[in-house]
Amino acid sequence: MVAVQAQDDLRRVLDDEGRVLPGARVPDVADDVLRNIFDKMTLVRVMDDRMMRLQRQGRLGFYMKSIGEEATHFATAPLRMSDWVYPSYREQGAWFYRGYTIKQFVDQLFGNANDPVKGRQMPVHHSANWLNLVSISSPVGTQIPQAVGSAYAAKIMGKDDVSMVYFGEGTSSTGEFHVGLNFAGVWKAPCVFICRNNGWAISVPREKQTAAKTFASKAVGYGMPGIRVDGNDILAVLQVAQEAIDRARAGEGPTLIEALTYRVQGHSSSDDPSVYRDPKEPEIWEKRDPLNRMRNYLTHRGLWDQAWEQGLIDRYNQEITDALAASDVTPPPPVESMFDDVYEEMPWHIREQKAWLMAQARTKSPHHHG
Amino acid sequence: MPVMNIIQAVNDALRLQMRQDPRTVVLGEDVGKFGGVFRATSGLYEEFGGERVIDTPLAEAGIIGTAIGMALYGLRPVPEIQFGDFIFPAFDQIVNELAKFRYRSGGQYPCPVIIRTPVGGGIRGGHYHSQSPEALFIHTPGLKVIAPSNPYDAKGLLLACMRQNDPVLFMEPKRIYRASKGEVPEGDYTLELGKLAVTRPGTQVTLIAWSGMVSIAEETAAKAEAAGISVEVLDLRSLMPFDIDGILASVRKTGRCVILHEAPKTCGFGAELIASIQERAMEHLEAPITRVCGFDTPFPYTLEHEYMPNADRVLGAIRQTLEW
Repeated sequence: MVAVQAQDDLRRVLDDEGRVLPGARVPDVADDVLRNIFDKMTLVRVMDDRMMRLQRQGRLGFYMKSIGEEATHFATAPLRMSDWVYPSYREQGAWFYRGYTIKQFVDQLFGNANDPVKGRQMPVHHSANWLNLVSISSPVGTQIPQAVGSAYAAKIMGKDDVSMVYFGEGTSSTGEFHVGLNFAGVWKAPCVFICRNNGWAISVPREKQTAAKTFASKAVGYGMPGIRVDGNDILAVLQVAQEAIDRARAGEGPTLIEALTYRVQGHSSSDDPSVYRDPKEPEIWEKRDPLNRMRNYLTHRGLWDQAWEQGLIDRYNQEITDALAASDVTPPPPVESMFDDVYEEMPWHIREQKAWLMAQARTKSPHHHG
Repeated sequence: MPVMNIIQAVNDALRLQMRQDPRTVVLGEDVGKFGGVFRATSGLYEEFGGERVIDTPLAEAGIIGTAIGMALYGLRPVPEIQFGDFIFPAFDQIVNELAKFRYRSGGQYPCPVIIRTPVGGGIRGGHYHSQSPEALFIHTPGLKVIAPSNPYDAKGLLLACMRQNDPVLFMEPKRIYRASKGEVPEGDYTLELGKLAVTRPGTQVTLIAWSGMVSIAEETAAKAEAAGISVEVLDLRSLMPFDIDGILASVRKTGRCVILHEAPKTCGFGAELIASIQERAMEHLEAPITRVCGFDTPFPYTLEHEYMPNADRVLGAIRQTLEW
């Protein structure tokens, strides 16, 4: 069912305890980069815990955790800031690593007046053009051909930027997966595809998404390499990402990376996995927890101590508390902002509808979370 | 001034823009060496090369999806969907993605993609080469919908579209791609989006049409004139946004209005026009506004000539309006 060790085509550097496997090549990653990744992985875990509790208290409408999958977020770490990232909805670590702030994150979840997307989308649908992180869409897979378009645009414009796009294994069933990878293969687009295979698309197991042995094997049909990596092994993730990014930047074309991981908890705050899967399954994966493995590795390297991690946890908890307090006293976006950004300039019919609404009595939101 | 047909005018606009702006690229099925199945991109591949005139794999969702990514990154893509009927595999990319990118990102990500596609019947193309799907896209906030009826408008409107920053569905009337000919200025000019053209002034009835139906409207007006009826023909040109002031000015003058479109009647754009006119000009109306449209059936093959609105039917509607 989840026999990671038995898969001989799986790239691993660390064992489940975070020790370097015999014969494994350790990627050349600077100490401060490793510490920064651990720092942001810790932030993701603190944030997920706090936000899910708020959701359970009825203070936040919706949330999506990524516990157990955090290492996959840092395939973005070897990218340059001029490279583009098309996230799915479960890569919080990529956002924080590139510089998205706790306050921006929280403001988006609450859709308040400081939300970078002006309260236009439900929680976890971030957008940050100053970080080349593209607006998240709910229909899965739509971002795949878009990322290929950005990648090819860079090539056409004579730049050596790379695009990286995330999606889950369930998304490999969509037309857009096929379309996107096919276009990328034909165009030799500098694009890195990260298939985050966490075993479950809400309640549907990976066996019901494909009859193929692996998701990485699908790359063959598109004329590109497919690499399967232990997605809970940060060193292996960084290694395969760096290789794929280097290939793309050198003009050698796209790569499909299947990052094997596991969705330890529900799909979202609206999900209850106990209804559809064996509760023992997550337990197996908790032993392969990416944060624990990275902590063990850093400890072996003399890069971790308890006080540092506790300091991170305390600081992030405080920053989240501060961001929540600020959000509590931040009003929603002004009503008239609902009509902005449909077009560059507001056409007459929207101006007319806006004037009409502004002349009505204000309606109180039935979803008051704070 | 050179005389061009619509294909030549579109081709001219694309070439002009591509010469001026190296960010402009064309992509689609058969648009490269072949120059498009209707020849609209003819000669562009030779002049601008395969990286700016891109023969894509055969997948509409891929054409629009990649065009979106290109636009976000900084290009100005002008994808071609070979027939309007083939646009639906890209419907999600257009409706949920392209049209919403600016809004859903809080204004961070404008997405200037100009989709060109031939529409309309009258070419013996059956259901899959004849549809007029404008209403579906007019109903999509964030998208502009432009539908020229002649070469002069096609060039000026397409150039205008390629120089603004919103996504556009640019619908070209394929039945008269070559049949519609007219004088087109050689150099650069743009026409303002959102403005109709009064193609024939009149006093008794306002007849509103767009795209391939403008020629039917003109034919109707000529027949009406021979019968002593003065018809004012409005070519909407821009469906979203549409020129409400221009429409109201005409309807307030004539007091009567007939709307002509090829697309199915129910929830067709004519319905919106009627609602918008009566909300603002009820006191000027001498008769109910009527429509001559396609039927609420799929577009037929053998009986196409019975499906398509024609001048006699439109004239009948005009007479009814006058006699009401």
